[in-house]
Amino acid sequence: MKQFWKSMLKSPSGVIGLVILLFAISVAVFGPMLFPNSPWRMVQRPFLPPFTLSNVPLGTDALGRDVFAGMIFGARVSLLVGLVSTLVALVVGVPIGAMAGYFGGKVDDALMRFTEFFQTIPSFALAIVLVAILQPSIYSIVASIAVVSWPPVARLVRGEVLSLRTREYVQAAVVTGQSNSWIILREILPNALSPVIVLASLMVATAILLESSLSFLGLGDPNLISWGYMVGAGRTVIRQAWWITVFPGVAILISVLGLNLIGEGLNDALNPRLSREGR
Amino acid sequence: MPKRVLLGLLLACGLTASALAQEPKTGGVINAVIQPEPPGLMLALVQNGPTQMVSGNIFEGLLRYSPKLDPQPELAESWSVSEDAKTYSFKLRKGVTWHDGKPFTAADVLFSIEMLKQTHARARTNLAQVDKVEAPDDYTVVFTLKQPFGPFLGIFEVGSMPMVPKHLYEGTDWKTNPYNNAPVGTGPFMFKEWQKGSFIRLVKNPNYYERGKPYLDEIYWQIIPDAAARSVAYETGKVDVLPGGSVENFDVPRLSKLKDTCVTGAGWEFFSPLAWLWLNNRQGPLADKRVRQAIMYAIDRDFAKDVIWNGLGKVATGPSASTIKYYTDDVRKYPYDPAKAKALLKEAGYKGEKIRLLPLAYGETWQRWGEAVKQNLQDVGMTIETIATDVAGGNQKIGDWDYDIAFTYLYQYGDPALGVGRNYISSNIAKGQVFNNVEGYSNPEIDKLFAEGATATPDSKRKEIYDKAQKILVEDVPVAWMLELQFPTIMRCKVKNLITTGIGVNDGFKDAWLDK
Repeated sequence: MKQFWKSMLKSPSGVIGLVILLFAISVAVFGPMLFPNSPWRMVQRPFLPPFTLSNVPLGTDALGRDVFAGMIFGARVSLLVGLVSTLVALVVGVPIGAMAGYFGGKVDDALMRFTEFFQTIPSFALAIVLVAILQPSIYSIVASIAVVSWPPVARLVRGEVLSLRTREYVQAAVVTGQSNSWIILREILPNALSPVIVLASLMVATAILLESSLSFLGLGDPNLISWGYMVGAGRTVIRQAWWITVFPGVAILISVLGLNLIGEGLNDALNPRLSREGR
Repeated sequence: MPKRVLLGLLLACGLTASALAQEPKTGGVINAVIQPEPPGLMLALVQNGPTQMVSGNIFEGLLRYSPKLDPQPELAESWSVSEDAKTYSFKLRKGVTWHDGKPFTAADVLFSIEMLKQTHARARTNLAQVDKVEAPDDYTVVFTLKQPFGPFLGIFEVGSMPMVPKHLYEGTDWKTNPYNNAPVGTGPFMFKEWQKGSFIRLVKNPNYYERGKPYLDEIYWQIIPDAAARSVAYETGKVDVLPGGSVENFDVPRLSKLKDTCVTGAGWEFFSPLAWLWLNNRQGPLADKRVRQAIMYAIDRDFAKDVIWNGLGKVATGPSASTIKYYTDDVRKYPYDPAKAKALLKEAGYKGEKIRLLPLAYGETWQRWGEAVKQNLQDVGMTIETIATDVAGGNQKIGDWDYDIAFTYLYQYGDPALGVGRNYISSNIAKGQVFNNVEGYSNPEIDKLFAEGATATPDSKRKEIYDKAQKILVEDVPVAWMLELQFPTIMRCKVKNLITTGIGVNDGFKDAWLDK
C-alpha cells in the first residue's frame, strides 16, 4: 500500500488529478454548509455579469439565480451521480464478469450474450430512452447510467479472470478443495482489481458527462440543480450571458479532466509491468 | 461637433415631417417569417396558427375586429339586429370579385357556412345557435337564431368563418380540390407560389375592392425551421417582420435593440392568450379554497412578467383577459404577499403535504417559469415536486386529472361565452381533455350565470351577469390566473400600419405599407 501511494505521488498527473478530485469533493461536501443559499432562489436582477457584486461573484442567470450557488450545489449532484452510478455498475458488472470468466462454457456464453445485448445499443441513446420512460429523477438517471456502463466492466473482469484462472496458485486452491466462491473472492478478484480500479475512475468521469448530457437535453431531475442543467438552461441565452454556461462548463471540464488524470496515475502506480524504480 | 448637431436636427425634422405626413406609399416587397410551415393554406379546411397568418390575407370574413373587438365591415358593409336579438341581417359589399374574376355574392356566404359546418370545428360550435340562414337577394344574408346569443357578432372573423368560392368548391371533393393548393379568395393578396420548405409568395390583388389597397406589391413568407436562424435572418436583413412567437423570448430584447426596429405586443386582442395554473380542486390541500388563494398571493407574477416574459404582457386579474368583453377588475386583488400566503396556509391547516407541479413543455420560457413558480411556492412553505414530462405526457396527466398544479394557456376569442365560461362550468368536466373545466370546479351559481350570460340581452344585462361571475370566480380561485400573454411582433420601423386589428398580422397586410 505504501508502495502504491509512493508511486502514485510520483506520477505528476496522478497528483494533479487527486488535488482536483479532493477539491471537488470538499466543495460538494462542505460548500452547501458554507453557502446555504438555495441555487433556485432569485436573489439579484437577472443577467448580472460576473465579478460585479461580491455576494454573487459569478453573476446571475436568466431568473436572477446565483450562478456560484448553482456551481456549489451542482458539484454535489454531479459527483454523487458519477460515484453512485459507477458503484452500481461495478456491483453489477464485476460478479457477472467474474462468473463468466471463472466458470466458462455455457455460463460464459449466456452471460456474455446478455452483456453484448447491452453493448450493441449505443449507450447514450439507451440512457436517453431509459430516463424518458422512467421519468427524469435522480434515481432513474443513476439507474440508466449504471445500466449503460456495466458491460465494459463485465468484459474486463472476465478477461482478467480468464487469465488468472490458469495460474498455479489458483490451481493449487482448486486442488486443496476450496469452494468456488472462496477462490473467486479471495484468490482471483484481488489480483484482477487494479485494471478495474483504473477503469472505474474513468467511468466516474464518463458518468458525470452522461449526467450532464442528459440534463443538458432537459432530462435531468427537475428538482435538483446540476452542472449539466446549468449549461443546458444557459445555452439558449449564450449570446447575451456567456457566464451562465461557461462556469459550469469549466467545472465539468476540470472534474472530468481530474478523474482522467487520476486514472492515468492509477494505471502507472498499479501496473506491475512498469518498472517502479527505473523511471 | 456642430456638423453632428446639424445632422441631428435635420434628422429630427425629417422624422417629424414623415410622422406628420403618414401618407401611405404604394409599392415594395415585405419578407416575413412564418413559423412553422403551414400544413396547408385552405383556411376552411386547415386552421393552424400559421395557416391563419398567411391565408388571412388571401381570404376574408364578413367582419373584422378592432383592437377593442368592435365589429368592423369587411365583406359585409353593414348589419342590423332585430329587436328580439334573434335575427341578424348583413348587407354585403357590392363589386367584390374573387381572385379569378367571378363576383362574390350571398350564394357564396350560404355555401361557405354549409361547408364550414362540416370542416371547421369551432365554426360548427359557433353556429350551433343558428336556426337558419337565408339570402333574400344577392347582397343580403339573414341569420335567424334559435335564441338570442350575445357573442354572435364575434364569430365572423376570417379565421373563424372564411368565405369560400362556391363556384370552385360546390360539388367537388373538398379535401382533394386542386384549389386547396392555390387558394382563391377575395382578399387583398393573391396566392402566387409555394416553394415547400423555402417560402410562400403572395402578390397584390389589383382588383381589390378598396381602391388603392393593398399598398404592397408582394409578400414573401420565409420558412426557416431553426429559431436561432430566424433571429439571424432578421439581423442580417433577410426578413423584415417576425410575427409573435417566431423567435424565442430571450432573443426579443436583443432584437428589439437593433437599429430601426419596432416592437409591438398588439394584434392578439381577439385571441387574448391567458396563462394560468390548473389547480386540481378535487383532492389534497388544493381542495381548500384558502390554499388556492394562498397560491395566488405566493406567486410573484410581476417577476414572471418582467423577467421571464421580458416585460411583455399583463398580470391577470381574473378569468377574463382585460381585452375581452365585459372584463372587470372590480374583483378581489391578489398582490404578491408571501406573508398573507403563509397565514392562509396556516389557517387551512396545510402541513407540508407534497404537491406536484407540471410545467408546460413548450420550451425554455415555460421551463424557467415552472422553476420560478416552484421557488415562490417553496418560499411560503409548500413542498413542491416538479414532474418532468413532454407535451404528450403532460396532456395525458392533465386529461387523467393526475396532477396538483399544471401550467397552461388558452385563447379567449373575444367574448366570455366563447372562451371564458367553458373553463368553469361544471358540464364541461370530462376526463381526457386538456381544455375546458380541467380543474374540477363545480359551482351551480357559476353554471347558472354563464348560461344566462350567453343568451341575455341587452349588453348591459350581460355585463351585470359577467361582473358577478368574475367576482365569484376570483374569490374562489378555481385556477391561478397568471398573465395575459403577449407575443411581440418585431419588425423594421419602415413597415407601417401592419397591426391595426384585433387579430394583428393575420389580416394585417391589407393596410400595411413600406416607408422607403
